Amino acid sequence: MDIRVESLHKQFSGFAALHGIDLSIRSGELIALLGPSGSGKTTLLRALAGLVPIDGGRILFGERDAATLTLRERRVGFVFQHYALFKHLDVFENVAFGLRSRPRRERPAAAEIAARVDALLRRVQLGGLAGRLPDQLSGGQRQRVALARAMAIDPTVLLLDEPFGALDAKVRVELRRWLRQIHDDTGYTTVFVTHDQEEALELADRVVVLNQGRIEQVGTPDEVYRQPVSSFVFDFIGRGAQIAGQARAGQFLVDGRPVYALRSTIGDGPALLSVRPHHFEIAAPEHGLRGQVRQQRQLAGRITLDVQLEAGAQVVEVDLDALQSGLAPAVGARIGLQPVAGTVFRAAD
Amino acid sequence: MSADPALAEPAWLRRLLIALVVVAMGLLVALPLAVVIVESLAQGWQAYVAAIAEAETLAAIRLTLLVAAITVPLNAVFGIAAAWALTRYEFRGKRLLLALIDLPFAISPVVAGLVFVLLFGAQGWFGPWLAERDLQVIFALPGIVLATVFITFPFVARELIPLMAAQGRDEEEAAASLGAGGWTLFWRVTVPNIRWALLYGVLLCNARAMGEFGAVSVVSGHIRGLTNTLPLQVEILHNEFSFAAAFAVASLLTVLALLTLVLKAWLEARHGDALARSGRH
Ligand SMILES: Nc1ncnc2c1ncn2[C@@H]1O[C@H](COP(=O)(O)OP(=O)(O)OP(=O)(O)O)[C@@H](O)[C@H]1O
Ligand SMILES: [Mg+2]
Repeated sequence: MDIRVESLHKQFSGFAALHGIDLSIRSGELIALLGPSGSGKTTLLRALAGLVPIDGGRILFGERDAATLTLRERRVGFVFQHYALFKHLDVFENVAFGLRSRPRRERPAAAEIAARVDALLRRVQLGGLAGRLPDQLSGGQRQRVALARAMAIDPTVLLLDEPFGALDAKVRVELRRWLRQIHDDTGYTTVFVTHDQEEALELADRVVVLNQGRIEQVGTPDEVYRQPVSSFVFDFIGRGAQIAGQARAGQFLVDGRPVYALRSTIGDGPALLSVRPHHFEIAAPEHGLRGQVRQQRQLAGRITLDVQLEAGAQVVEVDLDALQSGLAPAVGARIGLQPVAGTVFRAAD
Repeated sequence: MSADPALAEPAWLRRLLIALVVVAMGLLVALPLAVVIVESLAQGWQAYVAAIAEAETLAAIRLTLLVAAITVPLNAVFGIAAAWALTRYEFRGKRLLLALIDLPFAISPVVAGLVFVLLFGAQGWFGPWLAERDLQVIFALPGIVLATVFITFPFVARELIPLMAAQGRDEEEAAASLGAGGWTLFWRVTVPNIRWALLYGVLLCNARAMGEFGAVSVVSGHIRGLTNTLPLQVEILHNEFSFAAAFAVASLLTVLALLTLVLKAWLEARHGDALARSGRH
């Protein structure tokens, strides 16, 4: 089902947690809500689920205003950050809860409930654990029970709050692929919250970047990575350096020297050049940004240099791929750094 | 913990402290308990049974059971409602309410009793209104129940509030978003999560409801065979120098106390994790 959010506002005792959120989620999409702590991700998710009242704007489920729907009618499958499994019910009963809670005339027969729960448990690979209590499960298993429980009500939309937040790195990566798989198999419209940009970029069809209760950018992972609309988005999505300078006549100048040809038009004045670590080329000291190599680090087959720029004594990271690594300048060498791709933002005034 | 030599007291001090506690507990707790049992049986089993089978005592037992049977369920419901409101909603005056919950513990029971007399007694605020309708509150069952409800109100609420605050709303929200109505949510999610703490609170509430003396004494009027609860009956018998009978009746209250202690210990040992961590009495 398509979901539309129109100028949504939410206050907590005078403090605006969300202001003016506009977002449309297409049926079957997998969307990531990405943002730093306190940016309003959970609040937006809870507003979608109807778990917090909203103070302005509206949410449409298809053509219907969500304000007119009860929680049961919304049929939102919510996966809580800390799972919120029913501690006193076993895995089977946790998953069956939504079906058993239906009003009598819509409630499936016991045999059908059992069949559906079994199918769901197999889908989340927990077939043998139906009789366990939640505290007899590992974190990853609990997470999967929570997902099966949410899917049992055949949700109009699946909402997941930091689904992998409490898991260790390896399990995270496994579960994340697996979630994508489940999404592709079931076709459920899915929104998940994360503050891990890698997770968002790898998993989502579209990424919504939130900052201080506002949407900074909505786009495909590629768009938000390659064409960030603000220096906040650039900074939040992936590593990179932001270098202060001047935009003038199609050039970006640092200390009066042109270091980068602008590709988009931006008015003259103070500006920030944002460059990813692998978008620098090493040049002779008289080209590009002047600096000195401070450190060389090897990380998983990649070489990263810490280069201290002359301008502002700022330290930037430069990634060299395997081919260049033979040519890596030694620590202490004075070099020039030539940005080959970057984005220029007007400096905040 | 005592492995740290810097924190270990000298052996003589440790032994002295332990001895002090043992002596104090013996004098203050074990001895009176023994006295009650020994004295109540001083004139033999038959005298003991006769004292309890006495009509006025039987009436006192019935009244005490009746008062507890009304008070405890009422306060279980009030306690759950109060804990729910105070942990699930934000509203003005919440802190004040939280502080007021302990008022019955802080105030002298006699004062509590007097307040009810002032409100519902013949000369009280609602006295004339009640008299017109031929309703008697003071010196009757309603007054005794009112006073007992007031005195025992905090037990359940105080047990549940820290627990429900610590548990948060997650499971209830999960249930609601899965389509559970309020009733299902309460019985299938909330109650199972609080049941042991609730039982613990009910246990303490019951012990106090049956044992309350001060407030009940003020509102009861001591009408023999009619408005005397067990503790009042003990006092009356004692004042009449029927010591053996007084101790016999007192032994009933003592057994109740011991039973409560055993159940309480069992709950703490078996379900300690499901009880509130703070607010333990
Ligand atoms: N119940 C509440 N009462 C008051 N303020 C709240 C409440 N819930 C959230 N807030 C505030 O609203 C803002 C957004 O909170 P939210 O939980 O949505 O952030 P988040 O993006 O999910 O952060 P995190 O990544 O830390 O989970 C925060 O500043 C938070 O302090
Ligand atoms: Mg959050």
